[in-house]
This record gives sequence, structure tokens and C-alpha cells, in this order.
Amino acid sequence: MTTQNEIGRRDFLKSGAFGGAALVVGFYLPACSRAKNGHAPGLETLKANAWITITQDDRITLLTEIPELGQGTRTADAMMLADELEADWSTIRVEQAPTIPAVYKHLGTGGSGGTAGTWMPMRQAGAQAREMLLRAAAQQWKVSINECRAYNGTVIHALSGRQFRYGELVETASKLPPVKPDEAPLKDPKSFRLIGKPVPRVDVPSKVDGSAGFGIDVRAPEMLFAVIARCPHFGGTLVAFDDRKAKAVPGVRRIFRVPPIGSMPVAPGVARNIRVAGGIAVVADSTWAAIQGRNALKITWSKGPGALESTQSMRALFQQRAEGPPSVVAVDRGNALRILAQGSKRIEAEYELPFQAHATMEPMNSTVHVRRDGSIEVWSPTQIPAITQSEIAALAGVPAERVTVHTTFSGGSFGRRYQWDYEAEAWQVAKEMKVPVQVLWTREDDMQHDFYRQYFLYRLAGTLDEHGQIAAWAWRAVSTPIRSVFDSPESLKDPKHVASQEISFSDSLPYHTLNYRLDYAPVESVVPRAWWRSVSASAEAFAIECFMDELAHAAGVDPYPFRMMNLRADHPETSEKRRGVLQLAAEKSGWGQSLPAGHGRGIACYHFGDTYVAQVAEVAVGKGGNLHINRIVAAVDCGLPVNPNSVKALIEGGINFALTPVLSGEITIKDGAVEQSNFNDYQVLRITDAPEIKVHIVPGGQQPNGGVGESGVPPLAPAVANAVFAATGVRLRRLPIDPRILMKAASA
Amino acid sequence: MALFTLIVNGERRTTDVQPGTPLLWVLRDALGLTGTKFGCGMGLCGACTVHLDGEAVRSCQTPVETVGRKRITTIEGLSPNRSHPVQRAWIAEQVPQCGYCQSGQIMQAVSLLAKNPHPTREEINQAMAGNICRCATYQRIRRAIERAAEETTS
Repeated sequence: MTTQNEIGRRDFLKSGAFGGAALVVGFYLPACSRAKNGHAPGLETLKANAWITITQDDRITLLTEIPELGQGTRTADAMMLADELEADWSTIRVEQAPTIPAVYKHLGTGGSGGTAGTWMPMRQAGAQAREMLLRAAAQQWKVSINECRAYNGTVIHALSGRQFRYGELVETASKLPPVKPDEAPLKDPKSFRLIGKPVPRVDVPSKVDGSAGFGIDVRAPEMLFAVIARCPHFGGTLVAFDDRKAKAVPGVRRIFRVPPIGSMPVAPGVARNIRVAGGIAVVADSTWAAIQGRNALKITWSKGPGALESTQSMRALFQQRAEGPPSVVAVDRGNALRILAQGSKRIEAEYELPFQAHATMEPMNSTVHVRRDGSIEVWSPTQIPAITQSEIAALAGVPAERVTVHTTFSGGSFGRRYQWDYEAEAWQVAKEMKVPVQVLWTREDDMQHDFYRQYFLYRLAGTLDEHGQIAAWAWRAVSTPIRSVFDSPESLKDPKHVASQEISFSDSLPYHTLNYRLDYAPVESVVPRAWWRSVSASAEAFAIECFMDELAHAAGVDPYPFRMMNLRADHPETSEKRRGVLQLAAEKSGWGQSLPAGHGRGIACYHFGDTYVAQVAEVAVGKGGNLHINRIVAAVDCGLPVNPNSVKALIEGGINFALTPVLSGEITIKDGAVEQSNFNDYQVLRITDAPEIKVHIVPGGQQPNGGVGESGVPPLAPAVANAVFAATGVRLRRLPIDPRILMKAASA
Repeated sequence: MALFTLIVNGERRTTDVQPGTPLLWVLRDALGLTGTKFGCGMGLCGACTVHLDGEAVRSCQTPVETVGRKRITTIEGLSPNRSHPVQRAWIAEQVPQCGYCQSGQIMQAVSLLAKNPHPTREEINQAMAGNICRCATYQRIRRAIERAAEETTS
């Protein structure tokens, strides 16, 4: 850790102009998605990449690297810092760090890595700044530092009754030699004043009065607005277009072709695939004029390589790949296949989950200014400003320093804004205009050119021994792999690499069996896929936890104790966490208490990263087969919840997000194009179907173990499906639920 | 292009736009009021909700020439300092996550409470059914509306 890092400080001070003296404390933040609990080796030798600035007006500004997508990261980071700093909470401001590649290495977030990654660095930085202020006060008063105490933005000398506000100490503190981390002890968790408390989020006020600035709200002098007509068929190409009528639309400035970008060199001889559709850009004085101009274009597209691809054709392919040889055997322990071939009581099931869209409320958009001197400015609601910067620089053939990315608030991401296709497109348009251009995607563009959640099919077989325990478990996972969308042809020759975002290669089944096998087969598709809230966990949890319910039923054991008795003894730590959340969810939901006819409870448990969540769903299936989800009770073990309010909000959000694929959400394909176009045909959850949700946090955590943004998603679908089985005796093995199945069950 | 004089948040604003332009884009692109959001362009999501004479409408489905003399209220004009009971309730219940849809949610909720100061849960659900939140903050929205209703009475 460095303090007042000179090189970094110069860079930093250029970007933030402070009047008068300021205490600037630089510290090191490891890459959030890679770090475990923020411990980085040789912390003190690393160059600072984050800053706290305390100014003479008592204001404390934290520059954070992590974009705010709605997950509450700004608040959690500020809380950890302010607690150790003994700051007055009302004086803290959080700003998004600028993209200075020499300084900020890891601007971005993903994999629910935010809070666990910043836990130690934020606290240590706060403690160091506090120590510097204490030393400054002791020096000014000429007393021992042991007589000084920091509290709520002041340093107090109790013996003499004197006190300084932090702002009054800034000038002295900024001239002191740096404080090393081991000279600045962290607080005893018992004396936390903010950490672990439900602190109101710092971004909420700006989100109730319209002042929060999202990407779509960026306005720059001389800015123009643009939309792009893209080929609806993935991989299809532009044959011809007629823009005479479009040019006549008032307000339309220019119409031109933008080429698709298919691959980009990343090293000599190595190219990585990227997906920028290309098409026809319509640039206008206003968004509406651009949309009207696009509507007036006459375009002929060729359908391209996916012309024959449809959901129907894919289902047939999935069935083929569910049998025959796999591409990879991930785990093969014991003799699962042999025992299953011999076993008398063989339980089999197949689970199918189609493509899903992210459908963020703020559609993709980006504003780019390519200046005449070649420098590039990007304003974007991105999840990954550092990657955006380096990739746009690579496309433009300029050094990264020539590209500045301003990260705005993001109107939801759920993984979508981990891609930078929409920024590359905006750059393609802006470089032709030399004024700032905002490229906006309409809802139709967004729905039809997403990077979708993979299509999954699982085929499972299991058998029980005479004690009702799992004697063997074998499953085949089939999916449209994410890796083959992006990675180089060389790396895709390795089937293990292809499968790496689809299944776990570790022996990670939560339940005990001596004979276990997991293998995988890919199905290729022209449909772009990428990371979607909780990625493959959103699907594999459905397969595992529904199948556990089927096994419990076959064993004649209640599914809650069945899970408890089958947790793995050889994974004591994770089994303990699963036991903890299962028990809490079961208790709080009144598991085992009787319910009226047509009602049912279902339970499921899964993890994302190091966070464990169990959920109990309570549903009612009416006489006409209409499903009503009455209540979800969730228990979460994420270690110490830095802000329990945010943890609960994110679990509530994850549960509801997961309900869309269960109740109605499905992206289907025809002629290599997405059939859905807006919220009328991709129906996302509305308030009328949103259940009451109660979230309970397992107490006793000493530090944040894992993120919570994604972990609410995986257990929901199996909990609901298992509840429907309890209510009706009908198994739901394909999502979204086919209402005809429930109607049939109700009339039977 | 044609000149339109609109009454927006109590002020007369004259703007030169193409007839047929939805009020949403007049507010955002011509008048600089970006608190009202674009979500679907088809009146399916409610992100663009504003008031015309106190009535919630989808501004993406409201051609500018149909507004006439009706008073337009946007999120920016709801209160000068987030003091409207619905805004206060939204903060108290910590409703927003990404926050993008919340201008529309709040405008819809305000219009509900104006007509029905004590809505039941079911009435809240029905009134808010046209407003999508992808962060799915729905149960906090319900609670915030109930809180605002209580606060208005007491």
C-alpha cells in the first residue's frame, strides 16, 4: 500500500481539481472479480489505484472502480471506508474513478465480486487515513497520539476537551510521512458503527427525482442521435438498401453503412471473435428522427449461415447430443454408469431451459466523440470501463491513453454490459461524424441482439440404496457454449475449454454418492450467448435440485430431511453452510405445517461463489390450473452482510428475476433470428405476479464471503417446480412452465 | 417542423419539433428533461410515465400535438426537493436498485394515490401492472405506496 503515491497523485490531481490543501490517500484495490477477500500479496509494494481525498471543507471523496449497476456497491464501499476512518457519514461522497490506464487497472465488476473484493483494502485505507489525521492532531496539540481519539469526522483530545474537524487537519496531515498498513490497526468488529447496519444507499435520492444520470441521459454540445438497422438473422449480411425516403425524413443528417466486426487480433496470429452486427446507421438531430429515418429504409438482408436454425431444429440437436459420446467427461468417480445399468430402481429425468434475454430496463446505448486529433471520449452505462477503453483503443488503433471512458449509472445489467459491442458500434458511427453521437438501441434492437443465456438440456439418472441414500448419479449436460461465441479458433479446439463456462469440472455435487459422473456435449448455434445473472448456475440448480426432489419422492422421504441426510461428509465446510441455510429457510417458512388442498411447498438450495442460499416456495394451483406463487422464504449465508439492506434487496431482486424464466420468459429462434421483439412477447415479471419475499440472513459472519447479486437466482426455479409437485403431483421439467400441463393436472 | 407551446412543470416551454413526435422525445431531446425514461416505445413498460393534468400517461404513446393546454408534470416537477410523500416513501423503503424505471413507477404511484388514497394490495397491483422493474423491486414498491398512503392520512 502506498500513501500519497507521487506519480499516481499527479495523475489523479489532474483529473480532480481541489481548491486548497487536500489529504490524498492512495491505496491498492485488487481486481474485484479475481480477489478473494481482498488479500493481495505484497500489498505495500503495489502501486496505488484508488484514492480517498479529504478536503478542508471536511468533505471526503472516494473514487471507486466499481460501476454502480443497482447492486449498491457505492454504498458498501463507502461504508467500509467511513467506518474505519471514523468519518461523519454525511460528508462522504462516492465518485466513479476515471479511466487512467497507468493508475486504474481493474475498473469493472463481474461475478458478484464487488464487496468481498474491496473488504480489506477499503478498511485498511480508511484506517491509514484515520491514523494520519490522529498523528496530525497529536502533532498540533503536542500531545501523545494515545491521548487522541477519532470519532465522527473529528479528532478529540478528551483530557483537554479540544477537538479538530478532519478538514482542519488536512494541511498538517498531508505533509506527514506515509503511514504503513501495520501502523494503522483495523477496528474491532464489535465497534463497527456502519458495517453490518442497514445504511440507506447513497444513490437512492438521485433515483427518486430523475437526477441520476444514465447512459441514455448523456448530453454533449453538438451531440447527434443515431440508431442502427441490424440484420435480424444472426450472421446474415446486408445485400442492398434504398435510403431515399429515409433521407427525406426531417432531422435525418446522414445514413451510412457500418461494417460487422467478426474478429479482432489479440496477439500475433491469434484472433478473438467479437460480435458487432454491423448494418446501416441513421444519424439525426433527435432520437425520434433517427428512428423514423430507420423505419423509412428499404433493406434487403441475406439470412446467412443460420437461415435454417430454429428452436425446433435445436431441440432435435439437443436430443441427439443428450445421447452418444460426450465431448468431455468432467467427473467420473466410482462406477456410476455400470451401477445405473444394473440398478433396478432407476430414476430418470430430463430438464430443459431455453435461451433468456437480459432485457435491462435501460436498453443498450453509448455516446462517443471521436475528435479530430484522434482522441476518443466514451460515455457509457458499462459494467467494464477498463475493458471498454482498451478494446475501443484497439479497434481505433490508438493507445489506450487516448480513450477516456466516463461510466454513467447503468439501468440494469445482469451481465449484459459485460459486452462492449454497443460501444464499438457507437464508435463506428461517431468516427464518421466528428461530433458526439449517442447510439441508442430500441427495445426491439435490444431484445433481438442480446447475448442470451445459454440454452441448456440436462439428462439425469440416479438410483438409491436400501437406506434411501444415493447409490449412483450420472448426468449429461448439453448447452450452446459461451466460449465458442468469443474465443479464438485455436482455443476452441480444446473441448474442456469449450465446456468451461457450462459445467463445473470439480467434483462439486452437493450431495453424497460414491458413484458419480458428469459429462458434457455442446450444441453450436448462431445465437450469441454470454453471461446472464448467475450463468450456468441458473440452469444446473434446476436440474440438481428438482432431481433431488424426485429422488426424495422415490425414497419416500420428505425432501428437506432428504437433502440434510445426503449432504456430503467429505465437504464439511460447504455442507455446514448448506445445512445452515436449509434449516433457516425451513424453520422460517413453517416447513412441514399443513396447507390447504392445491397448495404446496418446495425447497431448494444452491450456491453462487461462496454465497449459499436456500429457498422455500409456497404456491397454489387453482381449479383452472392457474399458478399463484404466494410466498418465497429465503435464507442466505454470505458471511458478514456489509449492508444487510442491500443484501436483502439483491436477494429479493434475484428471486423475482428468476421468476421470469419460470413463468413466461423464453427466447425462441426462427430462420436464425429471435422471434420476440418487445415486452409483449418476451414477458417479464410484473408486480401482479411478484410474490411476497422474506429474506433471512444467517448471523455470525466475520467477513463478507461472497457476493449476493447472483446468488438469489439459482434456487428459485427448482423451489417453485418442487412446490408445484407438492401441490399437484405434476413434475415440471421444462421452463417456462407450460400452462397446459397445470390445466391438465387440475382437471385430472 | 412546427412550434408547440407546452406547460411543463408549471412553465411555458415552446419547442420546434416534428408533429407526431412522442412527448417522451420532446421532453428528453428537445427540452432536456431526461428524468423520464425510454423503455419500450410501445406503452408496455411504463418507464416513460408522466402526468397530463394529473393523469398518468405513457409519454411514448402521446404525440406532442395531442397535449394541447394540458399541464405536463414530469418527475423533475413532482417536488423541488424530493419532498413529495411518494418520493419520501420510496427513500424510506429503499426501493430503487438500478433506478431506471423508478421515475415512471413514482409517477404512476402518485396518480394512483390521487384517485385512491387508500388502495388495497390488489388495487396497488392492478394500478402498477403496466410498470416493469427488471431489478424487480416490486414488494418494496407495494410497501412504499402503502407507506405514502398512511403518511398522507396521518
